[in-house]
Amino acid sequence: MKAILEAKYIDKHFRKPVDFHVLKDINFKVNQGEFVSVMGKSGCGKSTLLYILSTMDTDYEGELYLNDELLTGKHPDYLAYVRNKHIGFVFQFHYLLPEFTVLENIMLPARKLGEKSNEEIRTDALHKLEILQIAELAQKKASRISGGEKQRVAIARALINDPAIIMGDEPTGNLDSHNSENVLRIFRQLSDEQGLSLLIVTHDHDFAQSTDRIISMEDGRIISEGR
Amino acid sequence: MSIAKTHLVSKLRQTLIAALGVTFGIGSYITLVSFMTGLNQMLDDLILNQTPHVHIFNEIKPTEEQPVTLTDGVAGSFNVVYSVRPKLSQKKIHNAKPLMEYLNRDERVKGAIPQVKTQVFYVAGSIELGGNLSGVEILKEEELFNLGDYIVKGSARDLHNTSNGIILGAGVAEKLSLEVGDRVQVTTVKGDIFPLKIVGIYQSGIVEIDNVQSYTNLGTVQRILGEPESYITDINLKLFDIEEAIPIAEAVEKQFGLTAIDVQTANAQFETGTTVRNLITYAVSITLLVVAGFGIYNILNMLIYEKMNDIAILKATGFSGKDVQLIFMSQALIIGFLGGVIGLLLGYGLSVLISNTPFDTEALPTVETYPVNFDMAFYVIGISFAMLSTFFAGYFPSRKARKIDPVRIITGI
Repeated sequence: MKAILEAKYIDKHFRKPVDFHVLKDINFKVNQGEFVSVMGKSGCGKSTLLYILSTMDTDYEGELYLNDELLTGKHPDYLAYVRNKHIGFVFQFHYLLPEFTVLENIMLPARKLGEKSNEEIRTDALHKLEILQIAELAQKKASRISGGEKQRVAIARALINDPAIIMGDEPTGNLDSHNSENVLRIFRQLSDEQGLSLLIVTHDHDFAQSTDRIISMEDGRIISEGR
Repeated sequence: MSIAKTHLVSKLRQTLIAALGVTFGIGSYITLVSFMTGLNQMLDDLILNQTPHVHIFNEIKPTEEQPVTLTDGVAGSFNVVYSVRPKLSQKKIHNAKPLMEYLNRDERVKGAIPQVKTQVFYVAGSIELGGNLSGVEILKEEELFNLGDYIVKGSARDLHNTSNGIILGAGVAEKLSLEVGDRVQVTTVKGDIFPLKIVGIYQSGIVEIDNVQSYTNLGTVQRILGEPESYITDINLKLFDIEEAIPIAEAVEKQFGLTAIDVQTANAQFETGTTVRNLITYAVSITLLVVAGFGIYNILNMLIYEKMNDIAILKATGFSGKDVQLIFMSQALIIGFLGGVIGLLLGYGLSVLISNTPFDTEALPTVETYPVNFDMAFYVIGISFAMLSTFFAGYFPSRKARKIDPVRIITGI
C-alpha cells in the first residue's frame, strides 16, 4: 500500500525554558485511505508531533515525507503551498473567521490555491457542505452557528482542496458526545467512501477504537502501533 | 484581498477612528499650510508687490576717483584726501528715456517705469506737513505694482484723467482733514506753491508710508519742479522672475554708473520672517501627520492581536507569511488612502471656510477675507504623506503578523 505520510527518525527538543527532549526517534507511516489515531497522555508530545507532520513546525531533526516527497528543509513559502494543497486541518477549536459567511470560510483555502475559478470553488464548497449535511448554513455568518456546526464547517474547509491527508488535533475535544459521534461518523465515511487518509490526535478512547489503527505514545516515544 | 476588506468592514468603528486620525492629520495639515502660506503670500504681496524688484536711482555720494589718483606723479604712493565732498550733480537719471527703452527690451524685465520723487510740504489752511510726492505713470504703476489695490477712494484712472490731480496718502489726508474733491497746496523745497485737486486716497497699510506718500502724474511733478519732460529720478523694474533681481541690479550699476537696489537686499529681514513662518508651519504639520501615523500603528497592532487566531488558521491552511503581511498592509493603505482623501476634502472645506471669513483690518484695506493659498502641491504632498505614514505604520505590525507562529497560537502556548 502506498504511504501518504512518512516520518523517519524524528527528534525534537524544546529549548526554552530548559532543554527538553519532546520527541524521540519517531518512525511511522500513514497509508493511503488509512484512518489513524494518535493517543497518549497530555504532554507526551502527540500534538507536537502533529504540528511537525503538518509542516507548520520546522524546528526538528529527522525527515518528513509527503507523497514520497521530502519536505524537511523546504522554504516556508513552499511549505505553506503544500499545506494549502495537500493537507487539511481540523483543530480542537474551529478557528473559523467570524466575520465571514460559512461559504466564504470554506472557499478561502481554495481561493488561495487559485487553481479553480471562483464559480467552481463555490460549487465545490456547496458540494462539501452537502456531504456534511449542512448546506443550509452556507450563507450564515460563521459566528452565528452552533459549536457542532462550526466543527463540521471546519471539516468542510479542510476538504475543499481535496487534500491527500486530513490531520486533526482533538477535533472532538470540545464537543458533546452527540456531535462527537457525528464528527467521527463523517471521518469514517470520508475514509471508507473517498479513500481519504486521516491522522487524528485524540484523548477519546471510543473515538480511537473506531479508527483503523491507534498509535500510542508515551514520553515522546511510540510505544505501540496498530490495533 | 477580500479578507482585508471584510476585516475593515466588520471593525467599522476602529477603521473609522483610524481613518479619522489620518483625516484630521491631513485635514489640519492642508488647512494650516494653506492658511499660513496664504498669509505669507499676502504679506509678501503687501511688501513686494509695491516694491520694485530693482530700484534704479542716482545717489548723491562722493566719487571714488579723486583727482589725485589721475596724476602720474604720485602713482604708487599712498594718497590721503581729507574732507571729501560729493560734487553737486543732478538728482535726475541721465538719459533716462533711452535707459528705460533698453531695460524694456530685456526679456527678463516685465516692465520698467519712471518716477519723479521729490520732497514737498502739503499745505491746507495753516497746517504744513512734510512728505514725499511721487510722479508716476499711474496706469502702468497700477498694472505692474498693483497700486490700484491700495487706492481706497477714487481710482487710478481718475488721476490719469485729471492733470492737476493728486492721490493723497491716508495719513496725510486725515491729518489735514481733507477729502476727495478738496484742494491741497503743495510747496516744493524751492518755495513754489502749487494747488492740486485730490482725486483719491491711498492706503498701503504701512503707517509710515501713508503718513507721507502721495502720488500724482509724472508731468505734474515735472511742472511743479519746473523741470523738462526728460527729468526722471527713479526707474522701477518689475521682473518676471524675482530671483533675477540681483544680477540685473549689478549689471545696471556697472554699466550705467547708477545705484540699483534689488528687492532681496531691500527686504532681507522680511525674507527671514517668511522662512521662519514656513518652518513653523511644516514642523506643526509633520507633527500632526506623525501623530496620525502612530494612531494607525496602534490600531493595526490591536487588530493583529485580536486576529491572532485568524492569522494562525490562515497560515495553517496554506497562507504564507507574505500573504498575511499583504492583508494587513493593504488594510493600512486602505485606511491611509480613505483617511487621506477625506482629509483633503476636510482641509479644502476648512480652507474655503476660512477664505470666506471676513477679515477687517484698518491696516490692510485691500483684504476683506482671510487669505488662503489653494495650491495643488499641498494636496499632493498631503496625500503622499498620508500614504507614506500609513505604509510605515502598517509595515511594522504587519511584519509581526507575518512572523506569528501558528503552532504557538493553536496549541495555546
